[in-house]
Amino acid sequence: MEITTNASINGDILLKVKDLKISFKTDEGVITAVDGVNFFVKRGQTLGLVGESGSGKSVSTWAIMRLLPKTAIIDKDSSIEFLRRDGEIVDITKLKPNGREIRDIRGGEAALIFQEPMSSFSPVYTVGNQIMEAILTHRPVSKKEAQEIAVDLLDRVGIPNPRQRFKQYSFELSGGMRQRAMIAVALSSNPSLLIADEPTTALDVTIQAQVLELMKELQEEFGMAIIFITHNLGVIAQIANEIAVMYLGGIVERGPRREIFHNPKHPYTINLLHAIPRIGKGQGQRLVAIEGQIPSPLDRPPGCRFHTRCQEMIPGRCNVDVPKITQVGNNHTVNCFLYEN
Amino acid sequence: MVSFLIQRIIGMVITMFFVSIIVFIIMELPPGDYAERWAFRKFSGTGTQITEADINNIRAEYGLDRPAWERYLNWIGGIVTRGDFGEAFAFQTSVNNVIGQKIWLTLAILFSTLIVTYLIAIPVGIYAAVRRRSVADYTLTVFSYLGLALPNFLLALLLLYITVTVFDSSVGGLFSPEYKDAPWSMAKVVDLLKHLIVPAVVLAWSATALQLQTVRATMSDEINKLSVTAARARGISERKLMLKYPARLAINPVAGSIGFDINRIFSELPIVALVLGLPELGELLIRSYLDLDMFVAGAILLLLTFIIVVMNFFSDILLLILDPRIKLEGR
Ligand SMILES: Nc1ncnc2c1ncn2[C@@H]1O[C@H](COP(=O)(O)OP(=O)(O)OP(=O)(O)O)[C@@H](O)[C@H]1O
Ligand SMILES: [Mg+2]
Repeated sequence: MEITTNASINGDILLKVKDLKISFKTDEGVITAVDGVNFFVKRGQTLGLVGESGSGKSVSTWAIMRLLPKTAIIDKDSSIEFLRRDGEIVDITKLKPNGREIRDIRGGEAALIFQEPMSSFSPVYTVGNQIMEAILTHRPVSKKEAQEIAVDLLDRVGIPNPRQRFKQYSFELSGGMRQRAMIAVALSSNPSLLIADEPTTALDVTIQAQVLELMKELQEEFGMAIIFITHNLGVIAQIANEIAVMYLGGIVERGPRREIFHNPKHPYTINLLHAIPRIGKGQGQRLVAIEGQIPSPLDRPPGCRFHTRCQEMIPGRCNVDVPKITQVGNNHTVNCFLYEN
Repeated sequence: MVSFLIQRIIGMVITMFFVSIIVFIIMELPPGDYAERWAFRKFSGTGTQITEADINNIRAEYGLDRPAWERYLNWIGGIVTRGDFGEAFAFQTSVNNVIGQKIWLTLAILFSTLIVTYLIAIPVGIYAAVRRRSVADYTLTVFSYLGLALPNFLLALLLLYITVTVFDSSVGGLFSPEYKDAPWSMAKVVDLLKHLIVPAVVLAWSATALQLQTVRATMSDEINKLSVTAARARGISERKLMLKYPARLAINPVAGSIGFDINRIFSELPIVALVLGLPELGELLIRSYLDLDMFVAGAILLLLTFIIVVMNFFSDILLLILDPRIKLEGR
C-alpha cells in the first residue's frame, strides 16, 4: 500500500518531516518529547497542527529551524528535508547547530512567529532595529534601503503610522500591533515557509480574526507555505488546507481539512471535534473536554499513546502494540487499530 | 530626560545637606574638644599650670566657643563658597593642604579598582553563562567563591610577598622612593600605575567575585528569553546574538550597583591601605579621630559620601542610557 507520507520530496513538496524523534536531557533523565512524527508541507499551502498543550507541536516545528535548546537531542534516524530556494534539498537534522547553512535558512527561507508577541521583541531595541536586523542579515541592501523596506513592511501588515512605529519600542505597541510587527519581521526576506506557533492565542477575539485575515492575505501575496499551530479547531478551519492532529508526542491523524472535519477517523480527533467551543463562547478556550488526564511524557503508555483515554480501546491490542500509519482515504491517514486491515 | 536629571540633581543637593548635618554631629560626638587636647599635648609634662582661661582663649582663637549652628554655618559656608575645609589643628595647616594629594590618590585607587572589577567580571560572567555547566563555568564558580571567602588583607599580604620576593619590586605605598617627592612626569604616572595594580586587585577581589556571579545569573536568564530565540530565528550569528541581546541586559545590574561597589571599596580600603602602606584618606580619617582633628575628619567623611552620591547619580544615568524602558516610564 502506498502511504502518502512516503512521497519523496519533489514537485510541490517543500518540507518533509520523517520519523522525527526528539528527546530532552533533564535532571530526571532523558525524556522523549516527540516520537514518530511524520508530515509534509506543500508549497504555498497551509498545514494546521492541532493538539492539546504538551502534545509536542512546538518541539516538532522548532526543530525545523533548529531552535530547540542544547538539551534537545534529535534522533539520528530522523530527517527533516527542506527544499532550498536554489532547488537543493537539505536534511536539516544533519546541519551544524548554528552554522552558516541553517542561519541562511532561518529568517531567510523559513520564519517563525510566536505565541507571545509581548516577549518576542527585545525591549531594549526599537521595533525598527529588529526588523532591519532581519533584512540586513539576508538581503544585500544598504542600511537606508533596509529602513525603507522595513517601513513598507510595517505598512503592509496594517500598522498605521509605520514611520513612527519604526522608532518605537515593542512595549509601546498593543498586543495585536506587536504580532503584526512580528509578522513583518518574518516576511522580511520573503520566506518559503512560515511557522506560526499559536500566533493568535494571546490576542483577543476581534484582533485574532484580523491577524488571521492578514495572514491569509499575505499568503496569497507572498505565496509562502504556512504551518499553523493552534489548540483551536475553529481557527484551523479558517486557514488550513491540511490538518495534522497531534497527541502525546505523535501525529495520530492527518488529512485534508474537509476530511478531518467531516470524516474524522481517530477516536481522539472525533473527541476533539466534539470539544470545539460553540461560537461566541470564547474562541480562545483550550481543549479540555476530553475525559481523563494526559499521561506525563515521563511514563508514556505502551502501545497506542491514546489508549488510556480511548473509549474504543481494544484490550490486548491497543495497550500492547503500536498502530502503524494506515491510509483511510485520499491523502488521509490515521494511526489506529480500528482501521488497520 | 532633562526633568529627570534636574530632579536627581536637586535630590543630590538635599542628600548632601543632610549628610553634612550628620557629619557635623559626628564631628561633635567625641568627648572633650580640640582645645583641651591641644593644651594637654602642648603643656603636659612641662609643669605649666593650665587654667580654664587658657583653654577658653584657644577656643576663641579657633571659634570653638560659638554656638553649634553658627559653627556649622561657618564650616559649610567655607566649603561651599571657597572650597575651604577649615583648619587641620594637628598639622598646623589647612585641611585642604593635608587632604589635597590624598583625595586624588584615593580616587586613583577607587577607579583602578572599579576598572579591574568590571573588566574581569563582565566578560568572564558572560562567558561562564554562555558556556553554562561546562568545566570552565564550574572552575570559575569555584574561583569566585574563593574570592568571596578569602579575606582581602590576607590576599594583600600574599601579593605583597609575591611581588617583593618574585619580582623584587617595592609595592609598599603608591610610589617608588625615587618618585615619591619628584614632580609629576610621565615616568611618575607609570610608576603610580604599577603600584596601583596590587591594591586594585586586592580591593577588586571580592567585588569581582560577586559581580561575576550577578552577570552570570542575569546572562543565563536573558539567554533563555523568547526575544533571543526570536532573534536567532532571524538567522543572525551566535556571537552577534549573544552580544547584542543578553549581554546588553546582563550589564544593567552591574551599572546599577556601582554606588554599592564604591561603598564597599571605601569600607575595605583602610585595612588594605594599612597593610600595603598606601597614603589614602581612610587611614588619615582614623588618625584625625584619634587627634580629635574634627575638620579633617569632617572633610574626609564629606568627600567620601560626595563621591558615592555622585557615582550613584552616574550609575542612574548609565541605566537610563542602557534601558529604554526606564526612560519612557518617566514620560
Ligand atoms: N526544554 C525542554 N526540556 C524538557 N522537556 C521539554 C522541553 N521543551 C518541551 N519539553 C516537553 O516536550 C513536550 C512537548 O512540548 P511542546 O512545547 O512541543 O508542546 P506544545 O504542543 O507546543 O504545547 P503548547 O500548546 O502548550 O504550546 C512537553 O511534554 C514538554 O514538557
Ligand atoms: Mg507550544
